[in-house]
Amino acid sequence: MGRYLLRRLLTLIILLLGITLVTFAVMQLAPGGPIDLATDMSAKISPEMKDRLNKLYGFDQPWYIQYGNWLARSVQFDFGESFKDGRPVIDKILERVPNTLLLNVCTMALIFLFAIPIGAVSALRQNSLIDRGLGIFVFVGFSMPTFWFALILMLLFGIFLGWLPVSGLRSLDYGELSATGRLLDVAQHLILPVLTAAFTGLAFMSRYTRVALLEVIRQDYVRAAAAKGLSPSRVFWRHAFRNTLIPMVTLLGLMLPDLIGGAFIFETIFAYPGLGRLGMEAMMSRDYPVVMGLGTIVAFLTLLGNLLADLGLAIVDPRVRIVSS
Amino acid sequence: MLRIYLQRFVRIRSGLVGAVLLVALGVVGLAAPVFEPRDPDAQALAERLRPPSASAWMGTDELGRDVLSRMLRGARISLSVGFVAVGISVVIGTGVGVVSGFLGGWVDAVLMRLVDIMLCFPTFFLILMVLSLLEPGIFKIMAVIGLTSWPGLARVVRAECLKLRELEFVTSARALGVTRRAIMARHVFPNVLSYVMVAATLGVGGAILTEAGLSFLGLGVQPPTASWGNILTSGKDYIHVAWWLMAFPGLAILATVLAFNLVGEALRDAIDPRQAN
Repeated sequence: MGRYLLRRLLTLIILLLGITLVTFAVMQLAPGGPIDLATDMSAKISPEMKDRLNKLYGFDQPWYIQYGNWLARSVQFDFGESFKDGRPVIDKILERVPNTLLLNVCTMALIFLFAIPIGAVSALRQNSLIDRGLGIFVFVGFSMPTFWFALILMLLFGIFLGWLPVSGLRSLDYGELSATGRLLDVAQHLILPVLTAAFTGLAFMSRYTRVALLEVIRQDYVRAAAAKGLSPSRVFWRHAFRNTLIPMVTLLGLMLPDLIGGAFIFETIFAYPGLGRLGMEAMMSRDYPVVMGLGTIVAFLTLLGNLLADLGLAIVDPRVRIVSS
Repeated sequence: MLRIYLQRFVRIRSGLVGAVLLVALGVVGLAAPVFEPRDPDAQALAERLRPPSASAWMGTDELGRDVLSRMLRGARISLSVGFVAVGISVVIGTGVGVVSGFLGGWVDAVLMRLVDIMLCFPTFFLILMVLSLLEPGIFKIMAVIGLTSWPGLARVVRAECLKLRELEFVTSARALGVTRRAIMARHVFPNVLSYVMVAATLGVGGAILTEAGLSFLGLGVQPPTASWGNILTSGKDYIHVAWWLMAFPGLAILATVLAFNLVGEALRDAIDPRQAN
């Protein structure tokens, strides 16, 4: 286990370097320098002023020096200051993290709460009418454009029925609400974004659960459990279902980038104050330090998620450790 | 072999439905100008935001343009974005996968770390990041989607090559003195082709969804060129008054992506019935 951990940590460092290099390289694609983009709109900027800004930010140096400097600062989580309001990038990112985390935790909970029963029912009643019906739902889920689904939800629940708020995280009168009132208010604002975010993941996860369960129930040890007279529910929960849980840990790690990627769309639609909308605003206003910082942090979080998932897997399933060392 | 696949494929009803839909779409996309009742770019401000009627089956948009004509033209754009993007990603993904899996060693190590790095970024975020820096344009969109979506395929192809490498027919080819390049091209590549086809079919649907998402954020195919994504996007501003602007492109995207997914899954089952559930 020790050697496995060490190997994984070494790879992690290489990958981290790669991530920062990719982010940095992408930023070099921009036509003109960042200073041009930040100052083009301002008539007051003289060429001398631009030179001074370029020097100040180190843009007059060759790229590898720039990369080195940027890397040295970013390992300390110092991504510089936003072009837009001059606040440290890391602060801007950190203040959005709780909102995004709240949204994603609710989404994940919803996905698991529904995907497992849906997958289990379709596997246990394979090829029945209900399995086929759920199969159609799953395929529609895969194929639905996220923002279209979000717009339909908004139209239905926000406008026609008028039951739910369609944007933001809090109502205007949030400050005057009681503690329970505030909780309810946030919960109401969360419903539509969470539903949107969960829809595709739900389809994916229930499909996966079905396939995994179908494989497991055909195994000899499941038949043996049934043959020795255990009750069907015990066979299912103790022998079949538990064995499908292990790979789900890995899937959780794999779903993370998709959830964050989708966040750019649905956080924009619902004006939800999370990382996705911060990134979108930063990209639109070409706020380089924020985009670079966010890119690095998001990739880093994904990496960390995958590592934790793999470690969890290695702890539960000894085969993983042996094969990979 | 292909005939067996085809026979099995035809027996999967959902796949057949998808395939018929795709053929119809392909015809519509290729022959769009023939079907278009009106010029998709002709504006008629007096006729703006008219609901569907006998003269304009899908209504008119905010500039009085015929939505049906724009949808037909959009089919062409959306499908070509899907196909070109996937073409790029399939070529890179298969190439990297075959080389990496067959050669092994340091080449494999380097390429797979590259794949790992790419997979750490949410693909959509990477695409957004690049496109927000460039001037928008349809070819850039195709290229960026293609260049960012190959790592998953490369991994699958590599795993398959690792398996193939140990099989007798590869060993015997090597024993006969066939060069490594010829083994890769003649013996390994044809055997991963089926996986590539499945991934490509599913990928086109994904790329169409991605373009629609990009359009929604203002980074997709730029108006006045019609794409399903940007018709839908301009429709959202008239969500209260003109449901048809949002409904038709949304349904078209849903149906097309669904068709690609159905065909992809059916292909997978036809190629490898052991996996079929």
